This record gives sequence, C-alpha cells and structure tokens, in this order.
Amino acid sequence: MTTLLIAEHDNAHLKDATHKALSAAKALGAPVHVLVAGSNARAAAEAAAKLEGVEKVLLADAAPYEHQLAEPTAALIVSLASSYDALVAPATSKGKNIMPRVAALLDVMQVSDITKVVSPDTFERPIYAGNAIQTVQATDAKKVITVRTAAFPAAGEGGSAAIETVNAAEDPGVSTFKGEEIAQSDRPELTSARIIISGGRSLGSAENFTKYIEPIADTLGAAMGASRAAVDAGYAPNDWQVGQTGKVVAPDLYIAVGISGAIQHLAGMKDSKVIVAINKDEEAPIFQVADYGLVGDLFQILPELKEELTKAG
Amino acid sequence: MKLLVCVKRVVDYNVKIRVKPDGSGVELANIKMSMNPFDEIAVEEAVRLKEQGKATEIVAVSIGPSQAGETIRTALAMGADRGILVKTDATVEPLAVAKILAKVVEQEKPDLIIMGKQAIDDDSNQTGQMLAALLGWPQGTFAFKVNVGEGSIDVTREVDGGLQTVGLKLPAIVTTDLRLNEPRYASLPNIMKAKKKPLDETSPETLGVDVSPRLKVIKTAEPGGRKAGVKVGSVAELVQKLKVEAGVL
Repeated sequence: MTTLLIAEHDNAHLKDATHKALSAAKALGAPVHVLVAGSNARAAAEAAAKLEGVEKVLLADAAPYEHQLAEPTAALIVSLASSYDALVAPATSKGKNIMPRVAALLDVMQVSDITKVVSPDTFERPIYAGNAIQTVQATDAKKVITVRTAAFPAAGEGGSAAIETVNAAEDPGVSTFKGEEIAQSDRPELTSARIIISGGRSLGSAENFTKYIEPIADTLGAAMGASRAAVDAGYAPNDWQVGQTGKVVAPDLYIAVGISGAIQHLAGMKDSKVIVAINKDEEAPIFQVADYGLVGDLFQILPELKEELTKAG
Repeated sequence: MKLLVCVKRVVDYNVKIRVKPDGSGVELANIKMSMNPFDEIAVEEAVRLKEQGKATEIVAVSIGPSQAGETIRTALAMGADRGILVKTDATVEPLAVAKILAKVVEQEKPDLIIMGKQAIDDDSNQTGQMLAALLGWPQGTFAFKVNVGEGSIDVTREVDGGLQTVGLKLPAIVTTDLRLNEPRYASLPNIMKAKKKPLDETSPETLGVDVSPRLKVIKTAEPGGRKAGVKVGSVAELVQKLKVEAGVL
C-alpha cells in the first residue's frame, strides 16, 4: 500500500498546504510519495524531498503542468494511479479543481475536505457549512481524498527522499491558460498565517480597512481577512473572504473586528485556537465563540489596540 | 447554442440545521427547501446568455424526489425553457449524479453545461468536475466571469490568491462561484408561465445508472462546540490576556 500526495506549489516554492496535507496522508498509515507536477519545478520537488516522512518524490516537469490545469494534470495523475491505493491532495482551489476529475476517471467516489483520518478508509468531514460532522467509510478499493488543511498540523522537514522524474501524460488539449491576477503581498497567506485580523461590514469602507485594520496587521505580522458582507460591499477583495464560501482558517489567533458572526463566517474560523471579538453589539453571535470579547466602537478601539500592541512589543 | 443547467433541491441556506439525536443524519422533516444558491447563479448566467442572443435553448435538470420538480419550476420561472426531472428517492452521491447527467447530455447534446460549484448540503464540490471527466470535456470551475466565443469559452476563475483565466474548447462545463452574478427573482407572471413549460420525467433506472452509494455514512454528529469566553473591559486588559493567559502574542 502506498499513498500519492499531490503537491501544492508554484513551481519555485512548495506551499504550506502540502505540509499539512502530508500529515493527513501519513495518517493513512502507508508510505507516502509526493507528486510535483509543474514546469521548471525542480525547486519545488527538492523542497518536497526534504519533508519528514516522504519516501519518494515524483517530478513531472512539462509545459502543460505549468499552471496545473485540471485536464492535463488529472490525466497525469490517472496515468500514475495504478501504483497507489490512495490519492490525496490539499483542498485548495487547485486540489478541488483536479481531484474530482481524477476520481471520476477512476470510477471512485471522492471523499472531500476531510478533517480527520479515523482509519485508512474512514474519515470525518464537515457538511452543511460545518454545522454537522459526518463520519464516512469509503468502500471503493482506491481512495481519492482532499484534505481541509486547517484541520491538520504542518509536517516538518528533515527527510531526504529521492526525486524520480516521470513522463508527462498525453495532454487532452482542450484547455489553455490565458492569464491570472494574483495579488502580490508580503503578508502571510490567509490559510497559513499564525495570526489573522478580519474586518466586517461595520468598517464602512475600503479606506477604513487600510486605516484601521492594516496597521494592526503590520504590527502583528498578521494576514488580513474579511467577512462575506465586507467583501460583498466592496470593502475587501474576494480572496480575503473567510467563511463557508471563502477560506477556512485555523490560526493561533483570530481577531474579528465588526463581524457579527453569521453561520457562514463561523464555519470558516471557529477552529482557530484563540478568538478575539471586537464589536459594538454585545449580543452579536460572534461573542458566543470568542475567547475574549471587547464591546465598543471599533474606530476607538483599533487605534488604541495598535498602540498597546506596539508598547507590548 | 444549447445550454444545460443543473439544479439541486437543498435545505434553504437560512435554515439552521439540526443533527438527529441518534446520529443518523440531519433533521429534514418540515424544513424549508430551496434551490441550491450556486445553482441559482448558474440558471441566471444561462438566462443572461440567452438574453444576449448567445444561447437558443436552456434545459434545466434536477435529480431527486418528486418535489425536485418544484426546483425545476423555479428555474423555468427564471427563464429556462424546459425541464427534466430524474426522479429518485435514493441518496445520490456526486459520482452517480455525474453519471446520470452524462446520460442526459448524451440525449440532449448541449454545447455548454452550467452548474453550481457545490451544493450547500453535503459541500462536496465534485459533480461538475466529475461530469467533465466522464464526458472528456474541459471544465471552468469556480467561475467569476464567462465570455462565450465562437466554439470556445473563456472562464475567469476564483483561485487562491486571485483570479485565473482559462480558455476552453466547447462543449465545456462551467461551475459557478458567488460573484458571477446576482440571480433575479422570478416575477409572478413568469411563475405562472413556468407552469405551462414542459417538464419531462425519467429515472436513474431508465437511464441505466447504478446509484448505489460508495460512501457508507457511519454517523452524523454535532461539531465540537466552542464555549463563550470572557468579556474584557479594556484594550490594555485584552493585550495583557493575549500575552500572558493565551500566550499567542
């Protein structure tokens, strides 16, 4: 029995989602191989080889894999699948795009977004936006699994696996990459940040995100997030959205500012280690999940918080 | 161009669901049901393509019990032309849904299929990708914008960190994300008109698809709750607690 983990990377760097999905892959109990499908992706493969508990790295280095479009990448994974009992990927936008395609080509029912490995064929996964947790047993001989990365710790380094190159599969040739707009930022990524500060609609404008939220994020080295209401109102970009329909996060510290705590938002952050809520409505549901609540006007509290944090160093 | 839209009847997104005390599932009796919100966006996009003269016919498909016919009527009231109900009382997993839809596609031969990226009940996010795989078609998942061309379609997708645009050969599958459009409400005259639009019925058996589940649901449980913590009186107290008590600063 061997498990194949599909790496999340941008050719030059391995993403933290890979480290977390590796912990889930290892929990299946079998040796783990990692597939790096990319173009000029040796650097990412070398990073994968250093992960603790990886037996072998497969590097498929070819132009069709540069952006890991679903059609060629799924064809590649299927071409390798006969040697593996389980195919695992982080439930990132790439993993969610590619893996169901792989599963259908193998006639396997995928288990999506697992939050716990109960046994090699039994998993926990959230349904209804995390309002219920289902335990499911996969009866297909082969398993295809995506992993909710926020639910697993990142695997460490210290390994030295061999890197084996594998041949590209035939590109179905039905899709082409046309461009992308990826926000460039020095901040940590939302899904791997240790601290997140998120704002809600009460911020009132995009300018107020910059004026009130950003200085605190800078002081703490935190990622910035937003509620769906704030995103819908145009105060924050969509990729900041934390919630059922946005990103699911579980940082050490989550600071929710002016966020009432709709079910949709709680589904995305309630597994954070420590939650702080700042809201002027003391009845806001966010306080029911917050470890520390502060009732008051955010426009007064935030500058004060910035000052206290700077003092506290 | 002929469009197929797929719609699912799910627990209304405003309903706070309850887990059954015996762990056998989620309480569904006497609960308000609606069209999956992502599927509403799919129907809206299809109707807009027809209004722009880019599509000629919209067929709405649903798989489920007879009440799923109401969900199809909603799609018809929004502007779809006719419906197909694949009637079954069984729980149908995404892989089986994709197989059923592949059979419907064989009969209907649409040029473009638009469906929601995920259903808000089981949150699987699989069916569109699986259907694309079974048909050997390209997929534009998590669509933010679509641009239909001659024999091809450009789909701008919501991806981690931003947006990505892919060009797909038609026929293709698009799955919708939240920002693609804002679905319209069906007007009363259109709701009345929808009652007269054709709605055909078939079944997984007639289509020759085995819907036996591959996942065995062992139990359904409430998520581990969080307890409300303490209210602090000042910013200074908050920072002090985060530093000393919680140790996260």
